[in-house]
Amino acid sequence: MRRLPLLAAAVTTAFALLLTGCSGEGDRGTDGVIRLSFQSLAWQKESVDANRQLVREWNATHPGIQVDYVQGSWDNVHDQLLTSFEGGEAPDIIHDASDDLADFAYGGYLADLRTLLPGRLTRDIPQQSWATTTFDDGVYGVPFLQEPKVLIANTKILESSGVRIPTPEKPWSWPEFRQVTEKLTKKGTYGVAWPLKEPVSVTLNLGLSAGGQLFHRGADGKVTIRFDEGDRVMPGAVRDQVNSDRSAARSALGMGGSDTLPGFFGGKYAMVPLGFSYRQQVVEQAPEGFEWTVLPTPAGSGGLAQGVSPQTLSVAEESPHKKEAVQFIDFLLRPANMVRLARGDWMLPTGTEALADPALHTRENGWATGTALARALRPAPAQSVRGYPEWKDKVATPALQEYYSGAIGTDELKKRLVDDGNRVLARYQR
Amino acid sequence: MSLRTGRTARAGQYAALLCYLVFLAFPFLWLISTAFKPARELGSLHPTWIPEDPTLGNFRQAFDEQPLLRAAANSLTAALCAALIAVVIATPMAYVMARHRGRLSTAATGWVVVSQAFPFVLVIIPLFLVLKYLHLINSLWGLVLVYVVWSLPFALWMLAGYVRAVPPELEEAAAVDGAGKARILVSVTAPLLAPGIVATALFAFITAWNEFFFALVLLKTPEKQTLPVVLTHFLGAEGVADLGPLAAAAFLATLPSLVLFAVIQKRITGGLTAGAVKH
Repeated sequence: MRRLPLLAAAVTTAFALLLTGCSGEGDRGTDGVIRLSFQSLAWQKESVDANRQLVREWNATHPGIQVDYVQGSWDNVHDQLLTSFEGGEAPDIIHDASDDLADFAYGGYLADLRTLLPGRLTRDIPQQSWATTTFDDGVYGVPFLQEPKVLIANTKILESSGVRIPTPEKPWSWPEFRQVTEKLTKKGTYGVAWPLKEPVSVTLNLGLSAGGQLFHRGADGKVTIRFDEGDRVMPGAVRDQVNSDRSAARSALGMGGSDTLPGFFGGKYAMVPLGFSYRQQVVEQAPEGFEWTVLPTPAGSGGLAQGVSPQTLSVAEESPHKKEAVQFIDFLLRPANMVRLARGDWMLPTGTEALADPALHTRENGWATGTALARALRPAPAQSVRGYPEWKDKVATPALQEYYSGAIGTDELKKRLVDDGNRVLARYQR
Repeated sequence: MSLRTGRTARAGQYAALLCYLVFLAFPFLWLISTAFKPARELGSLHPTWIPEDPTLGNFRQAFDEQPLLRAAANSLTAALCAALIAVVIATPMAYVMARHRGRLSTAATGWVVVSQAFPFVLVIIPLFLVLKYLHLINSLWGLVLVYVVWSLPFALWMLAGYVRAVPPELEEAAAVDGAGKARILVSVTAPLLAPGIVATALFAFITAWNEFFFALVLLKTPEKQTLPVVLTHFLGAEGVADLGPLAAAAFLATLPSLVLFAVIQKRITGGLTAGAVKH
């Protein structure tokens, strides 16, 4: 009986496939104009405006290749794209994030861009960014916007405490960060609030700063999980701040980034580690006269390294106009345009020329600090590892939540992440 | 003593009811409060129920940034059509299922139950392919078709219950008085079934009005997008949201359902009671 729905779905799919047959007509109208659809996930007003304006500029200067702007949504984007791919109705140009591309790249839904990308764009974006969209030697997206984690700090609390103010050149070490948060902790104020509702990506990304890697690819291409010395540093520091030092708010562990802002504005938390784009919310919501500053996250043996999953632009494999789609991407990501997109989203561009733009080096709203971190950004660990989503949901999330709250110790965390984790990965790598 | 116990029990019941009402109303009241708060108040550590500096700015921003009226019109078209068609199809079917017990009726009931087991994700790809074949992708009619099919099983099940609640003796009495089958259905059964039909239509309407995933996947062009899809344009990655405009738009989106309930609720209850008295 339980098989009935699956069987019915399979039969319906087969029937539907039979009905639809093959359809692969290009979108070249009778007037000879090529029409491309560009699904953008931009959602903030400045970002949507920038995207729409760039599409208008392209259309005005390329009468033979017209682009239709389609407003997508980050909510359910994976399922929406999967259905569009399966149904043969995917947009030609697809905006997404690199950590969502693996399934689509391995599934053959995205075009390998290696032979299509112009040399200018390939050279402009650093290799570590290209690594985020490279799967099995193919390049399945152009990484163009990224955001490091930064510490957003209450300037008054910080300055009145007398602690050393870190810079990208001389950041805090993890032990120093613990000392600082202890010093900042006073009656009614915690030194830091770690919003760890989704603890896995934060742990993996910031873990790189201490040389943590967790996922190790062997010579046979298979990935295994190890929990080495470097992997203990960042989670250990956070756990100690919450449970031993009491310098990190326990109640924040279950929060998302936005949830910590009222406490930050109210002086309850001296610092909050947040994505770089959260600065926009801070600007909009901070009370009159509230002074804040952007600091680099702590560094370890890996320096300021941290993992990111950049936003990407890809081309659908089924698109009959891949060359033209890449031409549009190249236009969209010219240095000046990349700067417009980055400012619209309050993020960092990946392109080196765009990163050099003076508009992104101003001290106002912490732009300069973020830009200084760009060179240290690396691909988020495990984003191309098959089985990672299951490991994250079933193994790592509950284990890390229990660890940070003090319910389990380091040995138990290691056992779960490694033993249980490798069992999960093994199923995907047979 | 028993009178005092009765009063205590009644007071307890009212207290429990009040708690339940507060529990139900809390998210909606918070939504209203948020919709009228300026951005700085949304970041306050000690939020208040009544905005200290109420503003219509969130509503203005929501209307400026997204085509809410057009999306509402699309949602209304899809939901009204889906509700009407679902009720027109489900009413005679439900009557047959309830009154004529047989293998077909049992099979139909089984189909209704099984169909409820299909999750969205399982059916969406086959459905997409079928609609593509019918040239109904990116069409409100395609969406209406999906909503009708999606709400039909539950509508059938719900209406069949209402039909069973109408005493067959009333139809038999009308037959004894010489009324034909059609006359019985139109003059006796249909008026008693009216509250059930309205309730079922309301269910189909609200299901379609709130539905997000099918609309997201099946509609491509911005001109055709429905309200729930447009609302997600206030949401960014990792749960970040433009909270004020989102709350303002969501508040407006819930109004039609609330108004419909407020208008129809009394009639539904009244109609049911009327049927019971006749019985």
